[in-house]
Amino acid sequence: MAQAQATSETFRERIAKRTQHGDGIFWGLTLFFALLVIVLVFAIVWVTWSDSQLARERFGWAFFTSGEWNPVETPVNPVSFGAMPAIVGTLVSSAIALVLAAPVAIGIGIFLAELCPPALRTPLSFMVELLAAIPSVIYGVWGVMVFAPFFTQNVAMPISETIGQVVPWLGGERVASGRGLLIAGIILSIMILPTIAAITRDVLTLVPNTQREVMLALGATKWEVIWLAVVPYARAGIIGAVMLGLGRALGETMAATMLVGNRPQVPQTLFEPATTAASLVASELVNAQTLIHESALVLIALALFAITLLLNLSARLLIWYMNRGPVGRTRA
Amino acid sequence: MSLKSSASPNYSRRKAVDLIMRGLVLIATGLAIVPLVLIIGYVVVIGGGALNWEFFTDIYQPPMTVSMPDLGPVDPNDPFANLDLGSLVGGEPATGQEGAGDEKGADILEAPPRGGVFHGIVGTLLITTVALLIAMPIGIMAGIFLSEFPDNSVATTVRFACDVLSGAPSIIVGVTAYILIVNAKGADGQPLGFAGIAGSIALTFLMVPTITRTTEEVLKLVPEATREAALAMGATTWYSTFTVVVPTALSGIVTGIMLAFARGAGETAPLIMTVLGSNVLMTNLLEPMAALPLITYRYTESPFPSENTLAWGSAFVLMMLVLLVNILVRIATRNRLRMR
Repeated sequence: MAQAQATSETFRERIAKRTQHGDGIFWGLTLFFALLVIVLVFAIVWVTWSDSQLARERFGWAFFTSGEWNPVETPVNPVSFGAMPAIVGTLVSSAIALVLAAPVAIGIGIFLAELCPPALRTPLSFMVELLAAIPSVIYGVWGVMVFAPFFTQNVAMPISETIGQVVPWLGGERVASGRGLLIAGIILSIMILPTIAAITRDVLTLVPNTQREVMLALGATKWEVIWLAVVPYARAGIIGAVMLGLGRALGETMAATMLVGNRPQVPQTLFEPATTAASLVASELVNAQTLIHESALVLIALALFAITLLLNLSARLLIWYMNRGPVGRTRA
Repeated sequence: MSLKSSASPNYSRRKAVDLIMRGLVLIATGLAIVPLVLIIGYVVVIGGGALNWEFFTDIYQPPMTVSMPDLGPVDPNDPFANLDLGSLVGGEPATGQEGAGDEKGADILEAPPRGGVFHGIVGTLLITTVALLIAMPIGIMAGIFLSEFPDNSVATTVRFACDVLSGAPSIIVGVTAYILIVNAKGADGQPLGFAGIAGSIALTFLMVPTITRTTEEVLKLVPEATREAALAMGATTWYSTFTVVVPTALSGIVTGIMLAFARGAGETAPLIMTVLGSNVLMTNLLEPMAALPLITYRYTESPFPSENTLAWGSAFVLMMLVLLVNILVRIATRNRLRMR
């Protein structure tokens, strides 16, 4: 009996040897490269964490509430590092971008998914996706060369001379520089528009047709179908799309660096040069002379990474939740 | 009483709301198209206008050759009398003709565009290709792992890692590559310094998730029956994967690689911190190199129209590269979908 079992096992082993020859190596090899992807993430986290240790130990949480950023010792100002200018700049420019872009982008998504003539739908959707792929430096070039002079002459100057006299954060004397949080926010809004629009369209097309048909059968107008039956069904997905857009605006480097002015101080108005987290790191890291300067910049980068990571993951979770839907996935 | 008024007491109000909101959505679409068309239009018109033979074959030239204004008779005892300032700033020796039209020295702001971005094209191709060579094995093999061994905790973690990497701001990978390579102490205790290879490694971080996820998606599209047929013929899993499954999905994998290439070629922020940029033709990956996005970035802020023209031209080349790759991918995938 025991002998028979032994022979059957060797038989199975022999079969396995013939039909799975080398599969162990194959599994190990692909596993190795798959683990390498995880190593990449750990490399980012580990490198930024260890390199920002100096700043974390020296400043602690006060780093994020301190408003002074003076990397170079001068007789007037002592050296100090605080992330407040970067935080304020990033939040304000991203908020401007989101306020300008989100309603328009959701409108485009609704138009593409619900109202667009079928012949136009594919080319228009493809165009929106193409725009999302254009490198950000190109938006920056256009912003600096074309939009900034126009903006300074026709928007910033008139506003600061009229409303700016009453509302302090729209006035100021540095308007003529043509750099600031408002113009950076406007360019960012143009950049995140295609991102939000494309995802909104995607989640709206996932809404099952029965939703629309039931609403139409009740005698609803086209808009009532969209607003009462389609958009609420896709709400989670649309919020996810806006959050992905916000994540892109927060982390966007080139357009912000070229248009925000790179002055690491908390700005008093929307028209004066300021900075954002990404552009502060981009413009100063290469020139950082002291270890503590470099460490502080890396700490800002780490914080930015953590925030965009949180935003992206919750957005993906929302879109995934929407994809599951009550009737199961409608798209493979 | 007509049928219309009996249908609903607030029919006309609802009809008006319907019209207004549909109009608003249409206006939103039109409003968004304006800046996007403006951006593409400007890049095509100004950038496209900057293109000529010299643009693609020549390297950077200073905005103009500086020629000495005529200061009267030359003092024979002046050791600097025959000094050619143009050669000092890297230009061609003055022939004496440049300043001829304007005896006080030509206005540098009105000098015609000179030079090209050959060094940038070479740099971008080298940096991006090396990045692709590093990212391809990682991405393709990880993608094979995800599609052939889909249900285990490692696969879930890898998908999560891909999401993290593709959502990370590109500046973060620049910082990482800067610390890891540019700022790392070499054997002689000196920092390694800016190098093309550091840029390649930074771009690898951004390319890997694209390639991994595309490879996984297209391999999953290969019918299970194809794998089973290969196994039934006595093939091992690895043999069926590499000779049946991967060749079936090859066009899709190439699609992912092309998209990764397009994304890498346009990235600027990581290159600022790793490659630095250069005004001469560099092919050594251990030295600072030029790259098209860096040329666009640096010369946009330049006061010289000649350099601005280079910035527009490189922006045009970059945009066309990205659009071309995306359109090609679109055509390729549409044909594949039509086949099934």
